[in-house]
Amino acid sequence: MTAMTGMSAGPGAVAGDLREIEFRDALNEAMSEEMRRDPKVFLLGEEVAEYDGAYKVSRGMLAEFGPRRVIDMPISENGFAGLAIGAAMMGLRPIVEFMSWSFSLVAADQILNNAPKMLYMSGGQYGCPIVFRGNDGAGGQLGSTHSWCVESLYANVPGLKMAIPSNPYDAKGLLKTAIRDPDPVFFLESERMLAMKGHVPEEEYLIPFGQAIVRREGADCTVVAFGRTVHFAMEAAEVLAAEDGIACEVIDGRTIRPLDLDTIVASVRKTNRCVVVDQSWSFASVGSEVAAQVSEACFDDLDNHVHRVHADDVPAPYAFELEQAMLPNPGKIRRAVRSACYRD
Amino acid sequence: MTPTMPKPAASPGAAESTFPSSRPLPAGVAPETIVSWLRDMMLIREFEVRTMQAYQEKKIGGFCHVYIGQEAVAVGCTAAIRPDDPMITAYRDHGHALARGMDPRHCMAEMFGKIGGCAKGKGGSMHMFDRANNLFGGHGIVGAQTALGAGLAFATKYEDEVLRDGRSDRVTLCFLGDGALNQGVFHESKNLAGLFDLPVIYVVENNGYSMGTAIHRGTTVAHDLSVKAQAYGIEAIEVDGMDCVAVYERMKAFCDRCRETSRPGFVDMKTYRFKGHSMSDPRKYRTREEEAQYEADDPIGKLKTSLVSAGVLDEAAVKAMQKEIRAEVRASIEWSEASPAPGPEELYHDVYVEKWGPYTGTSDPEMLREGGER
Repeated sequence: MTAMTGMSAGPGAVAGDLREIEFRDALNEAMSEEMRRDPKVFLLGEEVAEYDGAYKVSRGMLAEFGPRRVIDMPISENGFAGLAIGAAMMGLRPIVEFMSWSFSLVAADQILNNAPKMLYMSGGQYGCPIVFRGNDGAGGQLGSTHSWCVESLYANVPGLKMAIPSNPYDAKGLLKTAIRDPDPVFFLESERMLAMKGHVPEEEYLIPFGQAIVRREGADCTVVAFGRTVHFAMEAAEVLAAEDGIACEVIDGRTIRPLDLDTIVASVRKTNRCVVVDQSWSFASVGSEVAAQVSEACFDDLDNHVHRVHADDVPAPYAFELEQAMLPNPGKIRRAVRSACYRD
Repeated sequence: MTPTMPKPAASPGAAESTFPSSRPLPAGVAPETIVSWLRDMMLIREFEVRTMQAYQEKKIGGFCHVYIGQEAVAVGCTAAIRPDDPMITAYRDHGHALARGMDPRHCMAEMFGKIGGCAKGKGGSMHMFDRANNLFGGHGIVGAQTALGAGLAFATKYEDEVLRDGRSDRVTLCFLGDGALNQGVFHESKNLAGLFDLPVIYVVENNGYSMGTAIHRGTTVAHDLSVKAQAYGIEAIEVDGMDCVAVYERMKAFCDRCRETSRPGFVDMKTYRFKGHSMSDPRKYRTREEEAQYEADDPIGKLKTSLVSAGVLDEAAVKAMQKEIRAEVRASIEWSEASPAPGPEELYHDVYVEKWGPYTGTSDPEMLREGGER
């Protein structure tokens, strides 16, 4: 997968700087730079050190930072998530890598009960500056237990922040912000995007949370997407422009908590139509939340109800054809946009 | 008494503890320090008696678990560590908070749900936090704090060794009940502590019952919990938790060694809660005879007798102390009653460090506040 066409290089881009790196290396740079900057930052997780990362995200970090700061954990998600939360209560800044967010379910009590509530339960005495990161969403025929999209499940909980980058530039800028953030951040990556190359400048930049970005301008229909589905939306927009003459405005949400509703609302007030793309299940989801908020804020602006594109409401199947049929894709987005524009 | 119950005075070398017999006071500890232990235990006892009253008067809501009978554990353990050593515990936590030095007013006001509470009334009985005294809570989910305890020890070691380039010099005390023995997270935590040489001591306050389930009904090898530590390469000791002096002596040596070697420890702390699991427990799962037997082994009576026998205190001094404590606890109740309820602005404080919210969808939070919804 290569970087999406028509996608801006990002606000930090400098003319002539064409350095392109993989998504995984952008994550690596973010962690390494922050570890050089702040000795309280350390990385722990399964296979992060001697194996160089199960997905090579932490490649070379053990060699640079040593085993005290890049720490292999046994397969013990609840234990090591809790250990990291305890360390964060003391003021350290752990980065916890989940090989897959699917495995974070084993640690649900620690990451949902302890990390996001500690500040509140202690009356502001103990915060939890921690980053949980790893692969989220379908990896490709991994079956139901390994294909979780946790965003809808976890975004429900107050006290946590959630970032979901769609490209290497954002991956680096958002992860650096996440590591410096004083609150717990759930950082959702995608196995399917780790090899994606994209422009990442040499000089330092951070991307603030709560700022969505318009990836493609258009006057006919707003398409809100997060993470990997931004690429599906961009692909759909190309085809819709060419075949149907529909100009989509594609918004990359970048963070789910906080959600940049202002950017979305400004776009919907212009296009009067809205499609939300969310790779998780539809029931009580990020997609339904965005649809509800857009409906509340833009009731008088909408020409049609907010359309949603989700994964089908079934466990992720193994068979290639069935999995493809279940996941959001450009075709489903095209159909939703056409419907929203009364063109179906 | 059932044959499987932990027996009082199980610690080797401890005197037969049939109240009111006395036991020798520890050498090398100033008598006034030992008097302060007695005072702390008496304070916890009085505090908990008044807590139960306040609960019955509906001044305290939610779940409430009192520490009566187990006072020697928190007091003896706290005396064995330094103020900069982190401490963390489960939900039966009032005793630990007071032993650690929390002002009884802040502890009581927390249960009253008042702004003067240690957590501004947002935590309640099960969530006593005291940053100034290095108490990291009060945790409500059984066993969850054992992973946090490993993390606190990881952090002190990281701070001492990585950030300060020195040697690990602090010990974390992580308390849990015997009911937490069978939570997966405790097994994971023991494995991590053993694996990474974390200076954390898991103090199992073994009062014989996880709620209404006697230990042998829920736990394998209940007669020898040390095997549950040895499996993870952790040294285990058994301590008579009804004897404050024994708790101090054994824990002091154990903590010192843990500090020196930066290795974890496990303590089977035999104790007994004189009251029910929580305020709504009719205690049908144990006999009144068993309770009477343990009440005769009262840790407060025992230390009192020892101090009087040693000539450190006389009855009049004990009475004066009791009077002073009564007044202090009564004052904490009055102070808590007078403390205001947390204002509506507190609802959205402390959700995030840097406030961006409140997040309420597109509803105006001011409506929620002014509409008297609370």
